[in-house]
Order: sequence, then C-alpha cells, then structure tokens
Amino acid sequence: MENASIFVILVSSILVNNFVMSKFLGICPFLGVSKQVETATGMGMAVTFVITLAGMITYLVQKYILVFFHIEYLQTVAFILVIAALVQFVEIVLQKLSPVLYQALGVYLPLITTNCAVLGLALLNIQYKLNFVQTIFHSFGAAVGFSLAIILFAGIRERLAISDVPAPFKGFPIALITAGLMSMAFLGFAGLV
Amino acid sequence: MNLMKIFKNGLLDENPIFVQLLGMCPTLAVTTSAINGVGMGLAATAVLVASNAAISMMRKIIPSKIRIPAFIVVIASFVTIVGMLMEGYMPSLFKALGLFIPLIVVNCIILARAEAFASKNTVIDSIFDGLGMGLGFTLALTVLGSVRELLGAGSLFGWQLPFAYKPALMMILPPGAFIALGILLALYNVVKSKKSLS
Repeated sequence: MENASIFVILVSSILVNNFVMSKFLGICPFLGVSKQVETATGMGMAVTFVITLAGMITYLVQKYILVFFHIEYLQTVAFILVIAALVQFVEIVLQKLSPVLYQALGVYLPLITTNCAVLGLALLNIQYKLNFVQTIFHSFGAAVGFSLAIILFAGIRERLAISDVPAPFKGFPIALITAGLMSMAFLGFAGLV
Repeated sequence: MNLMKIFKNGLLDENPIFVQLLGMCPTLAVTTSAINGVGMGLAATAVLVASNAAISMMRKIIPSKIRIPAFIVVIASFVTIVGMLMEGYMPSLFKALGLFIPLIVVNCIILARAEAFASKNTVIDSIFDGLGMGLGFTLALTVLGSVRELLGAGSLFGWQLPFAYKPALMMILPPGAFIALGILLALYNVVKSKKSLS
C-alpha cells in the first residue's frame, strides 16, 4: 500500500476493500439509516465530508504531535477527541456558513462521532503508512465506498418494505441477509488490484 | 433493583446483540472463529465494567453539558489499557482482532450503557450492569463465532470435527457474517414468539 498510485488507492478503497462490505466498518449507520434512499444519500454525503476532513487532520496530529512528542500510545484517545471536536466544529461552521447544506446534513452529523468508520479509517491510514496525498484519496475513496454501499442498500430495502417476508425474518434479519448477498457481489471485485 | 435481575437483564432480556442490535461492527468482523468471539467479548466486557464503574463514581462531578466527551475520554483510556495488556500477554489474539481493539471506543454498547445506566445508578449496580451486558455481548459473539467456524472451517475452538466435512468457506468470508447473523436473529425471533404464546 505504501507506494500505491492514487488510482489504485481509489479503486481499492471504493470497490475491493469496501468499508461496509468487506471491512465491517460503519455497520451501525449502514443498518440504521438505510430505510430510504433520500436519507441514505444525506448520511453518505455527511460521512464523506467528515471522513475526508478527519483523515487529513488525524494524519497531521499523528505526524506532528504524537510522533513528535513520542506519545503514540495515546493514539486512540487523541484521535477520538479530534474526531468528536471536528464533528462539533463542522456542525457549527455549516450552520453559520451554509444553512442549506446544514439543513441537508444536520441531523446526521452528531451520529457520525460514534461511526466506527471514521476512527477506523484514521487508524488504517497510519497503519498503511500512507503519505499525505494518499491519505486524502484513501479517506475520500473509503467514504465514497460507504456512500455507494448505503445508497444501494437503501434502494433494495425500499423494495423489501413492500414485499412479503416470513414473519421471523421481518425487519433486521432479512436486511442482514440482503446485506450478505450484496457483500457476495462485492467479493467479485477481489483481485481487481 | 436486585443485582441478579440487573445481571440477567443484560445477559438475556436486553441482550445487546440479539435484542438491541448495538455494536454490530465487531460482531460481524471478528467472529470468524469461536475463540476470536470470546476474546473480543471479554475485552469489551473488561472495558465496559471498568468504564461503568468509573463513570458511576464520577456521575455527580461531570457537568451534564460535557458528559458525552467526558465519557468518551474515560472509555478511550480503558480501551488503551486493555489493548496494551492484550498486546503484552495475548499477542496472537491481539493480532487476530487487530483494528477492532481500538475500535472498542466507538462501540455503541459502551457509550449507551454509560449514558443510560452508569450516569444514573450506584457503582455496584453499574458494575453488575456492565458484567451482564458484557457477558451478553460475549455470549452472542461466541454463538456467532462457533456457527461460522463450524460451517466455514469445520472446527470448533480450533478442534477439527471427528467426521469428514467439506467446509463452506463462504461462512468465514464477509458475506457469511451477515447471513449467519440474519438467520440467528430470525431463530431468536421464532423462539421468542413461541415463548410469548405459551
């Protein structure tokens, strides 16, 4: 991963190592906010925005604070604080600068702090030893992959809601099995890069 | 509330996985074998008990406006401690669970219990709540891990089945996680509806 080109990173993070389908990150919003395509799109956009920013900032925190002062063991604590503060900050700034965008993303923003995709991605960026530019594209690609999965899934669930499902499978069980079938489809991308 | 009731509430009645559907990411990701399920469950239990106890002790000092960030810092500190202990004493398990050890911080179960229980109840009650919820989580992970390991690798806790069985590799790949959990949840629903009928 260290010397991978930007194109390879994008394809790999969107399709092959899709965050939801093969890494199991961000499952809570994936299952929770996917009843309608519209809300799923909103969540996807909010996550893309926050993840890309968080990826950049945590990279800088790691490089110029944690490594500089030799306190890498505080990584988890530092990253989660950065992410929580960032989400709050983005919420305040959006509210002031772009009320329209805030209206669209507002309700999803607080949920993102506990989205494990954000912290997971920040930790993975460091683990893969990416440089700053690669970090940006890896973060963006992972977020696009998340949005792709959640929007596709919401489309299927809209249909599921009106179909005749056996009683014990109603609700989450059938949603999980659907996700399993989708994940099988994503397995088809394995070996692409 | 007596302590046994609090404990049983977490273990069965309000089981975090089968009933509340919280903490799905580690549930699906690490349950490729039964032993990984047990390890992840116990690590989360340790963090949950410790953070519940600490938060309950501090519940009167933490101002309610900044309680969520305060909870997160407490939880993150315990996760770091548990992670370091695991790296030192159980390096192979630490490697197998990988990214999902630091991700215990954002496990919804832990923050949910801090907010819903520990910040309102006494220390002893909170410890038992943490134990119940944690072991309920461990139970669910172990069941899911065992099912996937049996079907996907033909073994249980690393021991091969005594008869010939061609494992269905799909069950330990990502799709197997979703499908196995979906079917387990449906089974749970069947048992529950039978119980409420009788």
